[in-house]
Amino acid sequence: MKKVDEKACPIIAKHIKVALVGQPNVGKSMLINSVSNAHLHVGNFSGVTVDKTEVLFDYKEYHFTVVDLPGTYAFTDYTIEERVTHNYLCDDDYDLIINVVDSTNLEKNLQLTSELMSMSKDIVIALNMSDEADKEGIEVNASYMSELLGIPCVKVSAVTKVGIEELLDAVISVQEIDAQEPKLIFSEPVEEEIAQIVWYLDKHRYEAKNSHRNIAINLLKNNKRTYEKIHNNPVWTELQPILVEALKHVELHHDSDDIKESFAEEYASYNRGIIAEVVKQEVSKEEITMTQKIDNILIHPFFGIPIFLFFMWGLFQLTFEIGSIPMDWIDAFFGWFGDTVGATIPNDDVRSLVVDGIIAGVGAVILFVPNIIILFIGIALLESTGYMSRVAFLLDGFFHKFGMHGQSFIPLVSGFGCSIPAYMSARILKNDRDRLLTLFIIGFMSCGARLPVYVLFAGAFFSPEMAGNVLFAIYIGGAIIGLIAAKILKLTAFKGADEPFVMEMPKYRLPSVKLIWHTVLTKTMMYLKKAGTFIAAASILIWFLSNYPHNLVLEEEYATKIEMAASEDEKNALSNKFAEAYLEQSYLGTIGKFSEPVFAPLGFDWKMSVALQTGLAAKEVVVSTLGVLYSLGEDVDEENDSLITAISKNISFASAVAFIVVIMIYLPCLAASIVFTREAGGIKYFFYLFAFTSIIAYALSFIAYNIALVLT
Amino acid sequence: MKTLIDCQNCQLKDCQKNCKLKVIKLHAPTDLKQRLISFGIMKGSIIEILEHSPAKSTMEIKVGKMRIALRAKEAALIEVEKI
Ligand SMILES: Nc1nc2c(ncn2[C@@H]2O[C@H](COP(=O)(O)OP(=O)(O)OP(=O)(O)O)[C@@H](O)[C@H]2O)c(=O)[nH]1
Ligand SMILES: [Mg+2]
Repeated sequence: MKKVDEKACPIIAKHIKVALVGQPNVGKSMLINSVSNAHLHVGNFSGVTVDKTEVLFDYKEYHFTVVDLPGTYAFTDYTIEERVTHNYLCDDDYDLIINVVDSTNLEKNLQLTSELMSMSKDIVIALNMSDEADKEGIEVNASYMSELLGIPCVKVSAVTKVGIEELLDAVISVQEIDAQEPKLIFSEPVEEEIAQIVWYLDKHRYEAKNSHRNIAINLLKNNKRTYEKIHNNPVWTELQPILVEALKHVELHHDSDDIKESFAEEYASYNRGIIAEVVKQEVSKEEITMTQKIDNILIHPFFGIPIFLFFMWGLFQLTFEIGSIPMDWIDAFFGWFGDTVGATIPNDDVRSLVVDGIIAGVGAVILFVPNIIILFIGIALLESTGYMSRVAFLLDGFFHKFGMHGQSFIPLVSGFGCSIPAYMSARILKNDRDRLLTLFIIGFMSCGARLPVYVLFAGAFFSPEMAGNVLFAIYIGGAIIGLIAAKILKLTAFKGADEPFVMEMPKYRLPSVKLIWHTVLTKTMMYLKKAGTFIAAASILIWFLSNYPHNLVLEEEYATKIEMAASEDEKNALSNKFAEAYLEQSYLGTIGKFSEPVFAPLGFDWKMSVALQTGLAAKEVVVSTLGVLYSLGEDVDEENDSLITAISKNISFASAVAFIVVIMIYLPCLAASIVFTREAGGIKYFFYLFAFTSIIAYALSFIAYNIALVLT
Repeated sequence: MKTLIDCQNCQLKDCQKNCKLKVIKLHAPTDLKQRLISFGIMKGSIIEILEHSPAKSTMEIKVGKMRIALRAKEAALIEVEKI
């Protein structure tokens, strides 16, 4: 495929704008990834994509704009993300639709196709997952299917990249020639009613962009937009009685009072006809599928949940065990790097800024990249194998008791990676109340950025064998607190009836190494980018606030004291004391001292108080603040695990426990709070969240502190 | 009226696991009905009960080639007959 990096002049070149539509989990996002060099999020469950994304690329002489839309089962506004798709298709400007379908389950997928066919837009059907179909012995006759439907159908596979060029060629040819109208045929009684309406519209020479047949179908389907258009036309007065009569006939024929249901049945029988013609399934002797075998174990009524908990425990064990191996090297590297860079800078202030500010701050965050990578791999596996939906299934009953929806599990799990996509993916919840409740709870799932704080403290206070268990306990503890908080909210603020729970369970898929690699790489790069930009800037700010104002009186006082000191030891002790005193009178020290009384009941010193406050900007900043504060306070770069040692030396166990509890619960970072406010739909929710999390964090932390005090 | 949920309960006794059921009518409210239909659960479709979660609050069924999880409460809205 030809990919041109520098775009030709956009005015002369030809453009095609394609909307990618299909049911959830058929591989729309993956198809775009294999056509262009985009890295859209792919996962093996329904509702991965929740917002529209445009991807641009060039093919032949065309500029393609492909819009990835959230998957939708039917043209309803069941959930927010389906509304996104529906609104886009009806209101936005695009040239044609690529309808992506799963070749291994055409019967279900064609339901949506039928609905698209009455939209009077050009369509190309991408028969995706053809590799899987081959494996399952399903053979689709694409050319015959194109003929029957009147829509070009192309076999593709987003994984093996087969048929991609044919698909794009089909798109171009549909764009260049006027396509025929799709051949959607209904049962006899419905066809009669359609003919009746068409005849009437023809007679009155009703003028419209769409064909009269199309209008007739949409009127019968109770399509609001069609009604709105024709309503103001004089033909309406006479048409209305005809329509009422027609609807009655259709409903009678289907023995149903729901016209949508009747049409669904119409589509289903039409599609069954098509499938009987074009699909050849090798007659397999009802063998139990792989998915069935795995499911027998993984969603076993008794062992299912213990197995899941074991996986989680294993993940955190690995996070700590494997993650801590490269930690020493990274730490040593930054120590060496700081010294080397520092040696080249003559100016004291600048050197301190670079070494103690930027390098210490950013280094403290980068230190935890290995841990985070392992966590990301775990989440990527959960997402891409199909296990996610199973756990949602297993936990639904349990969640239900706490007033949550089983499907809330999906955003909650994303929350372990980062709260921002988690807030977005709460859109898969149909009901606003459930969605808001889930939004409030997502913060209780500790995000990847909090992992560094936990690893730091777990490493400082527990033996390496225990630290993994402690991590597991922190995460599970956060989740349980979240569930209890959900129950409280459900009983007070979000009272109301339970929402239905119906969810598709995808088949298990073995994720390719490449897919996992890309998912993890994208997330890790984001983390590193944040470390290099936002965290670095925050570190500079913190360094500045902790180094100024200069206090000459203090400096001179200690300078003379140190000069008069008798021994080396005394000198060292004095210079440490000076650093402390200096830090305390800095801007940051002033802020810390000011807020210290608030946090005193939790056993926090002023440095911890400051770290909590800077953590509001981003959770990683907690670690970099501690890094800067403790590297300024005393001389630390002689040891390798310096920050860990400094923490265990300066902070009592009880205070550490209380600190962890606050970190687990209090307000998510600035960026996440902004997304939360947007998704919740108003600034007032932000204040609710602030109050809600602060109160719980403070109360629980206070309790934890006092219990820990008694125990130690 | 016999619904999917009755069948789950009798699963241990007379229906053996993986028994097949035919949908007679959906008694769900419009929204939910739409969703069930788009999952392929409509009049005349064949359902197979596969598994239930702990405490039987949720069940996994198979319609066509698709596996679907649904709660007991929703299952009670699907009228079925044994075939
Ligand atoms: N074997 C096979 N698997 C595929 C193919 N295309 C996609 N997949 C897998 O199908 C799953 C769903 O892919 P996505 O691209 O996330 O699906 P989507 O249609 O964007 O899903 P939503 O965003 O939820 O609507 C992933 O696990 C993919 O790895 C294919 O051609 N062959
Ligand atoms: Mg997608």
